[in-house]
Amino acid sequence: MKFAVLVFPGSNCDIDAVKAIEDVLGPEGAEVTAVWHREADLSRFDAILIPGGFSYGDYLRCGAIARFSPVMEAVKQAAAAGKYVIGICNGFQILTESGLLPGALRHNDHLQFRCEISPLQVESTDTPFTRHYAPGQVIQIPIAHGEGNYFADEATIAELNANNQVIFRYYEHNPNGSVERIAGICNATRNVLGMMPHPERAVHDWLGSADGKALFTSILNAWRDKQGA
Amino acid sequence: MRNEPTPQQIAAEKIYRTFGLTDEEYDRIVSLMGRQPNYVETGIYSVMWSEHCSYKSSKPILKKFPTSGPHVLQGPGENAGIIDIGDNLAVSFKIESHNHPSAIEPYQGAATGVGGIIRDVFTMGARPIALLNSLRFGSIAGAENAHNRYLFANVVAGIAGYGNCIGIPTVGGEVVFDDRYRHNPLVNAMCVGLMTHDQIAKGSASGVGNPVLAVGARTGRDGIHGATFASTEDPHSKERSAVQVGDPFMEKLLLEACLELIATGEVVGIQDMGAAGLTSSSSEMAARAGSGIELDMLNVPRREEGMSSYELMLSESQERMLVVMKAGREHIASEIFEKWGLEAAVIGRVTDDGKLRLKEGDQVVAEIVVSTLVDDAPVYHRPSQRPAYLDDLQAFEEAMVTQPENLTATLHTLLGAPTIASKEYVYQQYDYMVRTQTMVRPGSDAAVVTIRGTRKALAMSTDGNGRYVYLNPRKGGQHAIAEAARNVVCSGGKPLAVTDCLNYSSPEKPEIFYQFEESCAGMSEACEVLGTPVISGNVSLYNQTNDVDIYPTPIIGMVGLVDDVDHVTTQAFKQAHSHLVLVGPFEAATIGGSEYLKEVHGLVSGDAPALDLQMEKQVQDAVLAAIRAGLVSAAHDLAEGGLAVAVAESCIGGQLGATLRLDSGLRTDALLFGEAGSRILLEVTEANILALEMLLEQHGVDGTRLGTTGGEQLAITVNGTLVVDAAIAELEATWRGAIPCLMQ
Repeated sequence: MKFAVLVFPGSNCDIDAVKAIEDVLGPEGAEVTAVWHREADLSRFDAILIPGGFSYGDYLRCGAIARFSPVMEAVKQAAAAGKYVIGICNGFQILTESGLLPGALRHNDHLQFRCEISPLQVESTDTPFTRHYAPGQVIQIPIAHGEGNYFADEATIAELNANNQVIFRYYEHNPNGSVERIAGICNATRNVLGMMPHPERAVHDWLGSADGKALFTSILNAWRDKQGA
Repeated sequence: MRNEPTPQQIAAEKIYRTFGLTDEEYDRIVSLMGRQPNYVETGIYSVMWSEHCSYKSSKPILKKFPTSGPHVLQGPGENAGIIDIGDNLAVSFKIESHNHPSAIEPYQGAATGVGGIIRDVFTMGARPIALLNSLRFGSIAGAENAHNRYLFANVVAGIAGYGNCIGIPTVGGEVVFDDRYRHNPLVNAMCVGLMTHDQIAKGSASGVGNPVLAVGARTGRDGIHGATFASTEDPHSKERSAVQVGDPFMEKLLLEACLELIATGEVVGIQDMGAAGLTSSSSEMAARAGSGIELDMLNVPRREEGMSSYELMLSESQERMLVVMKAGREHIASEIFEKWGLEAAVIGRVTDDGKLRLKEGDQVVAEIVVSTLVDDAPVYHRPSQRPAYLDDLQAFEEAMVTQPENLTATLHTLLGAPTIASKEYVYQQYDYMVRTQTMVRPGSDAAVVTIRGTRKALAMSTDGNGRYVYLNPRKGGQHAIAEAARNVVCSGGKPLAVTDCLNYSSPEKPEIFYQFEESCAGMSEACEVLGTPVISGNVSLYNQTNDVDIYPTPIIGMVGLVDDVDHVTTQAFKQAHSHLVLVGPFEAATIGGSEYLKEVHGLVSGDAPALDLQMEKQVQDAVLAAIRAGLVSAAHDLAEGGLAVAVAESCIGGQLGATLRLDSGLRTDALLFGEAGSRILLEVTEANILALEMLLEQHGVDGTRLGTTGGEQLAITVNGTLVVDAAIAELEATWRGAIPCLMQ
């Protein structure tokens, strides 16, 4: 399986994502490549990870400039083709700015950056990203953001809930003011995931948690099933 | 020619004084040049001879620091020092102050402080892997201290804003609150970088004809005369325009581009355009190589039209570097910088005449012999006088204060004191996990960052107790080094080297200079005994406002090597039924100089606490040996608040109670809350306790069994009487809630 980790000017979790995929899936034979944002062809990859950071310095609005990078057209094509796309933190912001996911990420309600290991509840295991979690499982995943306050209008929230598109919620706390404690959502076809928490930071016990590993193994498992189908 | 004063006007109207030059210094310039300097030249001399750039007051003292050792690859004098950690790996680090800008504009002042120290480290060819800081503010309690809360909140936000964006984890630091810092907050930022030996770059402009490039951001009108401003007594009398504005996104691009460029092997020298911008970078690079530099000012990329050579030379616009490339290889720089959306402009070349020559086209606008800027800068041997207050304060006796009746309440008071209380409010605003190598996160003794592909890790800490230095400059200087090293040891690291940020008031006051001289001597003594040379540093003087001097506050950044990540240890208690052992002198603690005396009795008095450097070395060696032997479950340095606070912090960290049964002839408040050096609390399992005690005996170090872990209470019995009895959950609530409550 081939992963692409996109690199925008100002991305800073790109290397962490590469390392996580290497460490978790490397022994399983998966490959990962860092791809510069000017590349327009992602057809050789099976999954695309848009990492965290401050693409274009978060100027104008988080993710608002990155959506115009050449690589984003290729991401849209990949998403339409049913490939796996995951946006983490700034990557989630880029996905909402690009229209690949609904809603927006606003400033945290307390107006401060917040970094901590945060408990999340897995709301749906019916995605290629969460099949290795148990429904309702509470996992420990770091957050690190100043603009992670998820917002969408009531109709959109109702639709997300009705379609089981809310994948992660902050468990028994709300670190940023997100509507309904939403931490991660997927698209209607369930192959595009956006989440503020950082699973790539939770792949070894010594990092404070290894609960993020299952997200990566889920993706590989889903891809293998698809290959076998 | 522009509307600039003529050389004659500068002399006759003594315009140089407004640049911070004294009459004697101006006369010295005239005699070195053999003529009167013009406006640009006067500006250049004034910044190069400012305290900030020339270290004219501190140089004679700094020379006395031990700076060499078998593992030192680069000592002081470069952008940052470098140490060898084996396996072809090297670590570069430095600490620097941004006190004066932060007093005026806390967010940008702190942010650009972080930006500057990061550049100093990646200039050496190292990939920055961690940031730390050390902060001092006035009291944040009460309606009258709203301004201190504003400074605190915005300095923290500024550090977060810069470090988080650039993607370097802020893994450690310390914050102390004391009204001596009311008008002069201290903002010291440290950066640690990692590289292989072949990647080491230097700030040297050698090779006649080699091109000189300005890379990164364009030069603007911000921060002109920032270095001079940092060398004057009252920053509040200056204007905000002397504070620079940071752009961490630009710096992230600059960082990646510079490391990519250095990796090509085509770079001759590279230096940050920090304080005094193009002036200091060009003259220092030439001075190190013994060469000259000729710049055509018309080619310097600028943000706005109409900027004069004077402004271009003195601007402190951020995120700029000066690079000397091998001749004919300029295009390599252009290509790499273009990829990152940055400019790389050839603005001059290296010469062999030893001069800094500035031209506007064919016209020479300044010509100065480089060595007169750097080597001939004035050096002042300031008079030194032992402060009169020392005798009064050191005459303190314990009998002068009454022991509180309820020591559980006293423990709550200390845990709720902002200096001791949880700093979660601060570090949860910092991204301390990015780069995914942070093994020990903020809140333990020293942070630990692992090195991918090896079993090694780096332990790092910043420390400094200004009150100790105030009470006894010599011993206080020793404490600063000893505590920083002790913290590194508690995390499982062997202390390797020091970077220091020396924050003092005006060196022109003999009593302040005494503090400076004596505390540096104390630091040197401790560095010698502990085997940790000083490899880089920074001096910040004139930290005073309205006749209030800050405490003399040397801040120590210590980096140590953890041989094997299995040795990494934290302060949190791990399991019930362990033994608690105090390593080091059990009954050395004193009330004098302690946080307890200040917080509970409102007194800053007494001598600095006891410290025997030889014992310190033995204690550190013993604890490190015990950790490496796998005998230690938790280790915690006893610092502010003494034994009781240290035990409480380890209980809170581990969500585990403890029962202590102590017998002592000390006054109970001194035993519980008094302070002294060379003391480390260990948690040791029943299976390891005898082996530990044997090891301590072999090292000639005392180990006192204090009690055991377990339950949900902290209960301390002294000479048969229960004196502290508190639920851990309640202690935690006090400790964790204090700062958020004050900041609401």
